[in-house]
Amino acid sequence: MKRARIAWAGAVHDAIERDGQLELLTPAFKGRRVAADEVVWLPPLAPVPRPRTVLALGLNYADHAKELAFKPPTEPLAFAKGEASLIGHRAFTVRPAGVAFMHYECELAVVIGRTAKHVKRGDAMDFIAGYTVANDYAIRDYLENWYRPNLRVKNRDTCTPIGPWLVDAADLPDPMNLALRTTVNGTVTQSGNTRDMVFDVPTLIEYFTSFMTLQPGDLILTGTPDGVVDCQPGDVVITSIEGVGELHNTITAPTLP
Amino acid sequence: MTAHGWVPPGTVYGTLLNFRGEYAHWQPRMGDKPYGGAPKAPVLYVKTANTFAPHGASVALPAGEVVEASASLGLLIGEHGAPTHALLVNDLSLAHESYYRPPMKFRNRDGFLGLPLEPTPLAALGGIGGLAALELELRLHGVHQQTTALKDLVRDIPTLLKDVGEFMTLRPGDVLLIGSEVLTDGTRPRVAAGDAVEISAPGLKPVLQRFVAEEASDAGPPPVARAPSGGRGSALAQSVGARFS
Repeated sequence: MKRARIAWAGAVHDAIERDGQLELLTPAFKGRRVAADEVVWLPPLAPVPRPRTVLALGLNYADHAKELAFKPPTEPLAFAKGEASLIGHRAFTVRPAGVAFMHYECELAVVIGRTAKHVKRGDAMDFIAGYTVANDYAIRDYLENWYRPNLRVKNRDTCTPIGPWLVDAADLPDPMNLALRTTVNGTVTQSGNTRDMVFDVPTLIEYFTSFMTLQPGDLILTGTPDGVVDCQPGDVVITSIEGVGELHNTITAPTLP
Repeated sequence: MTAHGWVPPGTVYGTLLNFRGEYAHWQPRMGDKPYGGAPKAPVLYVKTANTFAPHGASVALPAGEVVEASASLGLLIGEHGAPTHALLVNDLSLAHESYYRPPMKFRNRDGFLGLPLEPTPLAALGGIGGLAALELELRLHGVHQQTTALKDLVRDIPTLLKDVGEFMTLRPGDVLLIGSEVLTDGTRPRVAAGDAVEISAPGLKPVLQRFVAEEASDAGPPPVARAPSGGRGSALAQSVGARFS
């Protein structure tokens, strides 16, 4: 099942995908179908009773590491983001004024389904609720070599679109063989496959839970392959993953004070 | 003694290189590879929710690792990005020599953010301005190890809030840690299994946690909030815990 969280008719609703439309789960409207362009799409994540842990991988595709002139890492290179950087499908992301290089990063996002601590690789899939698409934008002008990647590059407001759907893990039996693709204004600029991850999803879960407890709703953004290009205000960026979804985003300029 | 419950409702951001002693310790190396110059924006990291160790909790330390304690002050954010409360924290990390790309296992282990019983309203502390003369004290088994004076901040609190707010919005419930100072040799106070560490400052609730050895078991219980089993430091732990029970 594909699940969404949307705002429609003055309230937030959980919905599922049905015949290309959204079917509302809210009791008062249960079964009612609304079109994708009638709603505001929120990150497809239920609220959690604690700050959500959002983990993100750097250099987790060998080709992207090469593109950025790095050797593939020997241990996952991870950093954490705040939930405040997340926005939904069909949203706007702000490109700061005066920067030279802002790029998207199409990433398979893993949503944790059960409390996970000291999980072995072979058991890891049992701890996954589902998958969605994340676009982990970076503004490289702000990159500094102190606690890299620094949060000014990676934790900006509006700079982590996620969605549209949370796809149940049961519907995606092999997450390690999915095509990823990004288009900018309809032109394909990035393509890859999750099979080329340096550290695959079960390995990442084993790694993180060797020192931290993950909770339902926590996120792992698993890194991006080769092919990142600069994006300008007005550009429509679609990051898509086979069987998971197409996440639409539009770059916009900052509002002048 | 049992662990008390307050934990931050939002994301906790930590700050590095924001005390003069730490900055001076690093300054001679800032031009070296891989840093390539002094940091421009505040150097930040996230303390994820798994790190939250409530007041009175026992925190498990991994075997064979050097663990450092840091006394810091957290600002609890209210509406419109303005801090409403302050709190002491013990920001724990595995010791590390590089500030380039440290793995999360250094700072984001379970229990690696010691918390107080509750935050204190800024109004009771003289507002933001009232924090400028604050001194934080770190004690190990009741023995003083370090005093951190907020007059030694590199970016004072209003400047830090402004520079962080330039690129990210702090939401209500988020906590911004203002940084921590090093000892004269550039290290931070070390903790070991059996230790009790207390951080205190006038007008603020103290932070107290005990440290125990991590169990060898792969599937042990979560390492925070277990009942203490006695040992070195437990008398202090119990006396401090009792004050706030």
